[in-house]
Amino acid sequence: MTQPNNSQRLWMYEQMLTSRYMEESIERIYMEGKTPVFNMAKGPIPGEMHLSNGQEPCAVGVCAHLDAGDIVTATHRPHHIAVAKGVDLNEMMAEIFGKATGLSGGRGGHMHLFDGRVNFSCSGIIAEGMGPAVGAALSRQMQGKPGVAVSFIGEGAANQGAFHETLNLAALWKLPVVFVIEDNAWGISVAKASATCIAQHHVRAAAYGMPGVFVENNDPDGVFRASGEAIERARAGGGPTLIEIETYRLAGHFMGDGETYRPEGEKDGLMKKDPIPGYRQRLIDEGVMTEAQAEDIAARARGRIDEAVQFARESPYPRPEEALEQVFV
Amino acid sequence: MTTAVKERKLTVARAMAEAVAQEMRLDPKVFVMGEDIGQLGGVFGNTRGLYDEFGKTRIRDTPISETAFIGAAVGAASDGMRPIVELMFVDFFGVCMDAIYNLMAKNTYFSGGKIPVPMVLMASTGAGYSDAAQHSQCLYGTFAHLPGMKVVVPSNAYDAKGLMTAAIRDDNPVVYLFHKSLQGMGWLGTEKGATVPVPEEPYIVEIGKAKTVREGRDVSLVSLGAGVHHALRAAAQLEKDGVSAEVIDLRSLVPLDREHVIASVRKTGRLIVIDEDYHSFGVSGEIIASVVEHDIGMLKARPQRVAFPDIPIPFTPVMEQWALPNADKIVAAYHAMHKE
Ligand SMILES: Cc1ncc(C[n+]2csc(CCOP(=O)(O)OP(=O)(O)O)c2C)c(N)n1
Ligand SMILES: [Mg+2]
Repeated sequence: MTQPNNSQRLWMYEQMLTSRYMEESIERIYMEGKTPVFNMAKGPIPGEMHLSNGQEPCAVGVCAHLDAGDIVTATHRPHHIAVAKGVDLNEMMAEIFGKATGLSGGRGGHMHLFDGRVNFSCSGIIAEGMGPAVGAALSRQMQGKPGVAVSFIGEGAANQGAFHETLNLAALWKLPVVFVIEDNAWGISVAKASATCIAQHHVRAAAYGMPGVFVENNDPDGVFRASGEAIERARAGGGPTLIEIETYRLAGHFMGDGETYRPEGEKDGLMKKDPIPGYRQRLIDEGVMTEAQAEDIAARARGRIDEAVQFARESPYPRPEEALEQVFV
Repeated sequence: MTTAVKERKLTVARAMAEAVAQEMRLDPKVFVMGEDIGQLGGVFGNTRGLYDEFGKTRIRDTPISETAFIGAAVGAASDGMRPIVELMFVDFFGVCMDAIYNLMAKNTYFSGGKIPVPMVLMASTGAGYSDAAQHSQCLYGTFAHLPGMKVVVPSNAYDAKGLMTAAIRDDNPVVYLFHKSLQGMGWLGTEKGATVPVPEEPYIVEIGKAKTVREGRDVSLVSLGAGVHHALRAAAQLEKDGVSAEVIDLRSLVPLDREHVIASVRKTGRLIVIDEDYHSFGVSGEIIASVVEHDIGMLKARPQRVAFPDIPIPFTPVMEQWALPNADKIVAAYHAMHKE
């Protein structure tokens, strides 16, 4: 099993921190203009906002094995994955603000981030990224081009028809694709146990003749190992893998969610398992980084996010009539 | 001294929930399925309180498996139950449209009318708060176009309750489309005119009947759902210019109360249709065609439509708000209809 080396672990830590800083900035800015009365339409960042706090290990452990040419499709909760895949942070933030300089000039917003330069996209429809990931993998196979596709989904998506159809197709055609389930135990207010007849989704891989792997404890190194093996197999022509990662949703489903459905104490318990301080401590304890290095990394991550926020704030809005453009090429 | 009893106002969300609760008390065959409709009470509040009263066997949170639970509703309805299912956002019809239009809408006909499908499919519609192109559509025309399902669209809490009661009691499948901005959920910015007095007792608003919500002489503003409120604001503006506008709330798309619209246009001679759904191939075209087909001579000016342009709904508020119907656009349409 491939263990992450020191520089890979430092990279993962830095991406996790960058992503978290992004979410913390968005969380703060999102509330501007939304008090005292919370109205989703108001403020510099309107609309739904699904934060990825706590799920960073899933993104960095997988994306550590990918380069810009590999394909990733993500979900309605996409920021951590976009950061780890190398999506341009300034343009991403500007898109989330609805600015002209955004990835799509403000047409897509937070659930519809598209960056062709690094083959990243996402969608607000559950399990919708699975088909495109399979198709991109098919395209690479047919063209004889290198590259793998990774489709991220939440555990709730494993009960959607597309999940089963795409797994079968990918296995049937032995495509270079990896399916990654971020199991945060919740689909909005519905607990996994009330929505799924089995305890874990990775066992479903058996039904499609592909390996199924479970990564416990939201562990970045564990994700790195499991996805490293799967991605290597996919690149070598060995077909798809289903990976399920035990992760934590440290925020509400979306901003404004009162989370009244969570059992008493669950949130506090999860907060204690926040993967970022945990990983920081581990890297220090294992001599991978010093406190000083950790501070440098934090400063660099903070600097990138601050720059992105400033870029987004200072960017102009598009002209309204531009709404009519780019329906077709 | 007469103390006027303060009329009880409800939000659309609460009116919907009340209708469902009352029918569930009357008929043990009525039950609800959908995502987050249980303890959460629905993302848009329209099943709030039901879980506590009726429990988890009759108020069933589902997995994110729309094809499964909508298909299951058809089967349960054909077997004597009266399911109400929620598709959280109408935009999600993409993952389950087969269960809706090939199954729910066709089984009655396939069975020669012998096997009815008494179910309600409720779904939220509407834009205006930057939820982008997969969470903002209306798709009124899409559903109304496909035969075999009734389609209702309330604009206020009174109609919301009456149409829901009618939909549950109807022996046919009814698609119940509720606009998010009318729900009375503060976080969606609420249309005040939608929260109106609602009687406590059960009652029906007949499916297939439009309503004149404002009388006028010079122009008929025909709309549905949130558009009715834009039309009412436009009518108030037009009045200042000395123009008397009539406002018609369609309330149902299938069946469509063409006679009501025609009678109004016969009186006013002018027609503007306001529809938040896409401009082409939709409600606005259908209404205009119905009038023109009936008697083109009734029209004193070219009919107009104020609808959403034929583009996916953009995220950024500057584009989205620019594209959405509003009162100013309706007033402008009135003035445009007289230009050569
Ligand atoms: C087809 C479809 N059905 C329902 C929804 C509404 N919805 C948005 S997020 C969500 C829960 C998703 O849960 P999960 O897949 O576990 O992802 P998580 O939110 O936990 O990251 C639901 C039901 C949707 N976007 N698409
Ligand atoms: Mg989940």
